[in-house]
Amino acid sequence: MLKIDKEACIGCGVCEDTCTFSAIEVVDGVAVVGDNCTLCGNCVDVCEVGALSIDKVEKKVAADLDDWSGVWVYAEFRDGRVAPVSFELLGAGRKLADQLGVPLSAILLGSGLEDKAQDLVAYGADKVYQIDDPALTHFTDDAYANVFEDLIREHKPEIVLAGATAIGRSFIPRLATMLATGLTADCTALAIREEDGALLQTRPAFGGNIMATIECPTSRPQMATVRPLVMKPNSRDDSRQGEIVKVSADPARLQSRVKVLRSVREESNEVNINEADVLVAGGRGLEDEKGFEMIRELAGLFGGATAASRAAVDSGWIPYPHQVGQTGKTVCPKVYFACGISGAVQHMVGMQSSDTIIAINRDENAPIFDVATYGLVGDVFEILPKLIDRLKDQRSGEGDN
Amino acid sequence: MKIIVCVKQVPDAKDVRLDPKTNTLAREGVESIMNPFDRHALEAAVVLKEQYGGTVTAITMGPPQAEDTLRDAVACGADDGVLVSDRAFAGADTWATSYTLAKAVEKLGPFDLILCGKQAIDGDTAQVGPGLAQRLDIPYVAYARKITECVDGVIRLERLMDDGYDEIEMEMPALMTVVKEINEPRVPSLKGKMKSKKMQATVLTAADIGADTECLGLQGSTTQVVKVFSPQFSAEKCMLTGTVDEQVEQLLDKLEELL
Repeated sequence: MLKIDKEACIGCGVCEDTCTFSAIEVVDGVAVVGDNCTLCGNCVDVCEVGALSIDKVEKKVAADLDDWSGVWVYAEFRDGRVAPVSFELLGAGRKLADQLGVPLSAILLGSGLEDKAQDLVAYGADKVYQIDDPALTHFTDDAYANVFEDLIREHKPEIVLAGATAIGRSFIPRLATMLATGLTADCTALAIREEDGALLQTRPAFGGNIMATIECPTSRPQMATVRPLVMKPNSRDDSRQGEIVKVSADPARLQSRVKVLRSVREESNEVNINEADVLVAGGRGLEDEKGFEMIRELAGLFGGATAASRAAVDSGWIPYPHQVGQTGKTVCPKVYFACGISGAVQHMVGMQSSDTIIAINRDENAPIFDVATYGLVGDVFEILPKLIDRLKDQRSGEGDN
Repeated sequence: MKIIVCVKQVPDAKDVRLDPKTNTLAREGVESIMNPFDRHALEAAVVLKEQYGGTVTAITMGPPQAEDTLRDAVACGADDGVLVSDRAFAGADTWATSYTLAKAVEKLGPFDLILCGKQAIDGDTAQVGPGLAQRLDIPYVAYARKITECVDGVIRLERLMDDGYDEIEMEMPALMTVVKEINEPRVPSLKGKMKSKKMQATVLTAADIGADTECLGLQGSTTQVVKVFSPQFSAEKCMLTGTVDEQVEQLLDKLEELL
């Protein structure tokens, strides 16, 4: 509970102005806390007279905290392929492990894993624990969480990282609950606190309007999911040596109450928009389905993928898996083209962390230009064909050389 | 069939703006709404009820004013609402929240299905649904985009994946979280609105659900916020100028540097 020392409070209102959640209010010269209080502690930090405090009953720290050591990365395997985010996590995990002076391990679960473990070593893993079992052919939350839990309880890693993909965001929360430990979703930055080696996990909240740094102080492992394309993979190094540990899972733990009858791949010709380096997105300004042909052509020239605002998806010009924003996907490609997208907040929260944003819009006051790195004011039907032609010229020029 | 829908009251995202000077969320005119994904979960529950019979109970954990969201749920077809509310819940992370909701659900008695939105638009964690399933020890599937049928204690559905979808069969009781393409939520009917005016939410406190106080709120949370700050936007905005041809040439130069 937030405690307010009524004697000390001078009713200055600094706390009221600071509160992100409008949970504190000065009434009759004294601060009063309301039901929205999330105990974030911002008001305590800004109170100049020390009138505010958070009554923290010291939570019992797990007795064996120091027994947990090492950094683990979940290597997501599906359909004969390791998800690219796994290599990004190995890059991030390598840095954390080196700073802590501990080994980096990858966990590889699935069926028909072949020599994928070797790839994980080449990207930075010191050790790979792999379970290759037909029962893991299809992803099911309970079986995956069960066998992962057993590995964690046996080897006690201090940090476990996973990709914030459909699979990671589905079963990692279940796993964290099994282990009675903390999990931070969708992190965009990870760091080790020098004093005590704690993992500091930074993530956006309120649709990206605020950032929060979170720790997991009293239990282990410290768990985080990380958004694809945020971390950088190390370069592949085939000379790296690593240990590959083949584990057989307890058959009882592979039982699932969920049965996958069939797995269907859609839009096999398209890159997953979370994984593309270049995304070309279109909005209402494209006017119709035909307008999207330019978007596809431009994306094709970069080997990128197509995306869309909600308006375009709702108009039926392109299917939902391409939607970026609050109710669609969050993406952070190297380059994001926003073509004929005005920039509703709901769209921007899904793409604002892209490295470079190129906005093309007729209206120079469109909000999209607020987050754009480069802005072009003009008609998309004039600019895009020209851009496509010039890119084709360049490409054919390169071909001749 | 007894169906429980978890709903959350959240600030309407389109109104949430950060005041760059004070680093706080602008509070003026920010409306509280039912989390949009939960609306799809509610609709799915009401459709199941219409097909197979049964009841739909909306449950929320939050401050007293979260009752508005339950009222909204009843207007859209829920039969009743349960408000899990206590100052002891303040500061709960997803771990403490799933504990609290699990205790409340146990208090409500046997059920067949729990439906949740895939995530809430304020926290965006997508962790409470799976956490709740684990605590209740029931099977769980995330990102349901279609419910095919529900017979003999088995539910068949489609789960949206990053690269397509999976057809799933799951034993009930079970929990699933839904994505928006599962349905188009209905607008409240006149009858529903009348009913919602009269509805009395069942209020459950920490004592009512027999919760261990050490597992509640901030104290029960496994994660803690170290700091909250404003995101950094790229300040190097550059508007290209000139004719369309000139702008395109400038852009090509920039792209050359980037890729």
